[in-house]
Amino acid sequence: MVGIVIVSHSAKAADGIKELAGQMTGDIISIEAAGGLEDGSIGTDAVRIMEAIKRVDSGDGVVILADLGSAVLSSSLAIELLGESVGKKVKIADAPILEGAIIASVQASIEDSLENVLAAAEAARSLPKKA
Amino acid sequence: MNSNVYTAILEIGDAINKNKELLTNLDAAIGDADHGINMSRGFEAVRAKLEGSTGEDISAVLKKVGMTLISTVGGASGPLYGTAFLRAAGAVQGADSINREKAMEMLSAVIQGIKDRGRAVKGEKTMLDALEPALDAFSQGVKENESLLGCLEAACKAAEDGVEYTKTIKATKGRASYLGDRSIGHQDPGATSSLIILKAVTEYCRALIQEA
Repeated sequence: MVGIVIVSHSAKAADGIKELAGQMTGDIISIEAAGGLEDGSIGTDAVRIMEAIKRVDSGDGVVILADLGSAVLSSSLAIELLGESVGKKVKIADAPILEGAIIASVQASIEDSLENVLAAAEAARSLPKKA
Repeated sequence: MNSNVYTAILEIGDAINKNKELLTNLDAAIGDADHGINMSRGFEAVRAKLEGSTGEDISAVLKKVGMTLISTVGGASGPLYGTAFLRAAGAVQGADSINREKAMEMLSAVIQGIKDRGRAVKGEKTMLDALEPALDAFSQGVKENESLLGCLEAACKAAEDGVEYTKTIKATKGRASYLGDRSIGHQDPGATSSLIILKAVTEYCRALIQEA
């Protein structure tokens, strides 16, 4: 099953998004929140992200949902730190963090492939807010 | 560990700390007002992390600096300077001293690392606008057979000009890019911290030579 990592500058935001994703899927998915720094302050930390990736990786790959620019920088550094063989199956979704996380979680929960989970997350970019 | 490298890193930390307010103010104008605070925090953590280490080679020390900055700086400078120090560590793998040629390799590796991570190029109002001119000037110095200190001084001058240049251009990377044209007229905080670091290293080399 594809793992999911939520990377936000805010630990609260990452935890909250993980909670929302869990409402749709229950406990069956592997999802970690990697928000903020070790001491709880605002920011992103590639080492924390790397450890979260390791925890959710079952070999089927991992999709990362990230908030602002430097979350992507830290995530890409985390992937580099993991080394090539693990890192090549970790993808940063070009998607809005919250909607992308929910959609990715649903797809992961039905055992969809890494490519499909990623694509589904990225399709969240075009979800309209108004009916 | 190599005591000169250790001291140079502490000097960098001191210089960053001295300029904490300047960097934060620059970042308040075109960012999220935390560059000085973040960098200072990072180098404080570096100071603490290096204290217990002895007998480590230059590469291992630089790697520790990189890994510490990654986990403590918080903003974009974390992964960017973290990558920079990790790549510098790679460039001096196995070396027990840094000469002019090694220094140039380090600076080159640093720039490539920042480009790989941030996907920026010169002219986007980033740290590269200080570092790339610095490398050009450094390598020109090498061609003209300048000493290490001479090359570093030329690099600092070029980096200073680069920082001035950032005032004239629009940011297309980072938080400042959200401001668009309003970022023009403001000096880039990342380019400024890069200059501060280069100057600290240069001053340290000058002091070492004067002592010798």
